[in-house]
Amino acid sequence: MAQVTLNALRKVYPNGFEAVKPASFTIEEGEFVVLVGPSGCGKSTMLRMIAGLEEITEGDLHIGDRVVNTVDPADRDIAMVFQNYALYPHMTVRKNIGYGLKNRKIAKDVINQKVEEAANLLNLNDYLDRKPSQLSGGQRQRVAMGRAIVRDPSLFLFDEPLSNLDAKLRNQMRIEIKALQRRLGVTSVYVTHDQVEAMTMADRIIVMNGGEIEQIGTPSEVYHSPASTFVASFMGAPPMNLLDVSRENGAVMVGGQQVAEFTGSGSVTLGVRPEDILPDANGSFEINVTLIEELGAHRILHAVWAGQPIMISVTKDVAAETGPLRVAIKPDALKYFDPQTGRRL
Amino acid sequence: MKRAGFSTRWLPILLLLPQLSIILIFFYWPAAHAVKSSFYLQDPFGFGETFVGMKNYTSLLKSSAYLRSAQFTVIFTLLVTILSLSLALLLAVKADKVIKGAKAYRTLLMWVYAVAPPVAGVIGLVLFDQTWGPLKDFFGLFGWDFRLGVNYFDTAFAMVVVSVWKQLPVNFIFFLSGLQSIPKSVREAALIDNRSASGRFWDVTFPLLAPTAFFLLIINITYALFDTFGIIDTVVKGEPSNNPMTLVYRVYVDGFRGNDLGGSSAQSVVLMVLVLALTVFQFRMVERRIHYT
Repeated sequence: MAQVTLNALRKVYPNGFEAVKPASFTIEEGEFVVLVGPSGCGKSTMLRMIAGLEEITEGDLHIGDRVVNTVDPADRDIAMVFQNYALYPHMTVRKNIGYGLKNRKIAKDVINQKVEEAANLLNLNDYLDRKPSQLSGGQRQRVAMGRAIVRDPSLFLFDEPLSNLDAKLRNQMRIEIKALQRRLGVTSVYVTHDQVEAMTMADRIIVMNGGEIEQIGTPSEVYHSPASTFVASFMGAPPMNLLDVSRENGAVMVGGQQVAEFTGSGSVTLGVRPEDILPDANGSFEINVTLIEELGAHRILHAVWAGQPIMISVTKDVAAETGPLRVAIKPDALKYFDPQTGRRL
Repeated sequence: MKRAGFSTRWLPILLLLPQLSIILIFFYWPAAHAVKSSFYLQDPFGFGETFVGMKNYTSLLKSSAYLRSAQFTVIFTLLVTILSLSLALLLAVKADKVIKGAKAYRTLLMWVYAVAPPVAGVIGLVLFDQTWGPLKDFFGLFGWDFRLGVNYFDTAFAMVVVSVWKQLPVNFIFFLSGLQSIPKSVREAALIDNRSASGRFWDVTFPLLAPTAFFLLIINITYALFDTFGIIDTVVKGEPSNNPMTLVYRVYVDGFRGNDLGGSSAQSVVLMVLVLALTVFQFRMVERRIHYT
């Protein structure tokens, strides 16, 4: 268990591409932090710098009370789970899990005991003498987890560990990993491009875009109080509605109608979550529903409001049909963003 | 799995015929002929032959020159195989780590592959030449009076060096592509699991290269035994006398220079049996330890 501190950590590749712009944050002991963002946003590079697989261009990286910038990956007291599992194909499950311990000159019977314990925890007892090629995807994922667990590391690193699994297994493993991390209490950094994984697993989410950190916050903060239009549109399915609207002396206007009051003049980006727009016969606004997506528990209505597309999410009890619909908006649900920078106002 | 088939029976046979006839004419027929001739004594001028039973074989075993060649062949094959495999592996591992100018290095290392064996032999000869070979002068600096084609050891040395040099690029190409087919993440996982670079190589990289290495082992033994003919012929310059030669070269020398077709046939039969046994041994003993992914 350890605190991890990044101090203006930066990565520039030899070709001049700045993959990670100077990033600073602290991960508390036992915390589960998820790095999320679209592909190419620098999240994996950040993780690989923490692991020691990628050289750090600038800045300091602390794990525990050490600066580990130049420490070998094997000496950073970390364990990593890779996207494609990265199991040693020629070793049995038992050897795969025990390999890291063997290299630390730990006694054979201790290794065996630890491997058995990990196998118990992960339901791998019956597979210890098999090779990875004889295992299913979920089992391989568990072996990769086992390999990480037995080392008793002070930091777990996960690089999109679930993206090679099918949807059902992914949900199951998501819960297993989260539960395991809770039980072991090991500080963890988890990289994913899946916002659902980020929301469900994280204590804190770090949203990245274009090598830059957009926002750091709890899942609830990131969802309900996004710091930028990028975060607003990346987190949540369907994402937050973003409308280009005008302001006249503090009145926010949509289609010539005042929606709310917000200081200042000029154009502004208005953000509102699809579930915060409610069908209401006495509602002040009229939208035109063009398409209905049926999801069982709820429906997503695709509509046009004053020429701009919006989505609203309603529960299954609300009758829905295409055509004009009167709606009300929860007054505290409106967020405002700078139309140029995308930052929250 | 659905299997595609031919609608008529004669079509596949017809398609295989060219290949089969080549194998029959150039391999099975001469092999059968060699087995037959090995039991006969041929008239040097082609006026008939006499059945002598196993006599060709027994005289082989009594011939000190033949046994000396056999001994040389074993040492030569071992040296060429081990040296060309280990050097190529070393070069491939190093070239795999090069980032700047990787393509130039790799091309240069594969360059020699395009040289035909007799040409390689000639180039070797030039390097080792008595009167104007740079290597001879170089060895002279250390007080080594290098005599190609005169001194048994010096000639053998030149043969091994040229043969290894010629075979290196083939092995290099295979080892390099083998290394590059090892998933990057597996190597990274090893990087986290093991701090020792040599430990990582022997525990993870080498076992994953083993299928390539085994394939190359067979290719290289075959090369050292048979395909070095051109190099040896060029170095020996058709003057076998006291010079070292492999069993394959002796088959040629005794058969076509010495006109002893029966004895030469017996030698080739012995060679055939040896190679067969060696191949069976390799597949039974070595291949079992290899993990194919």
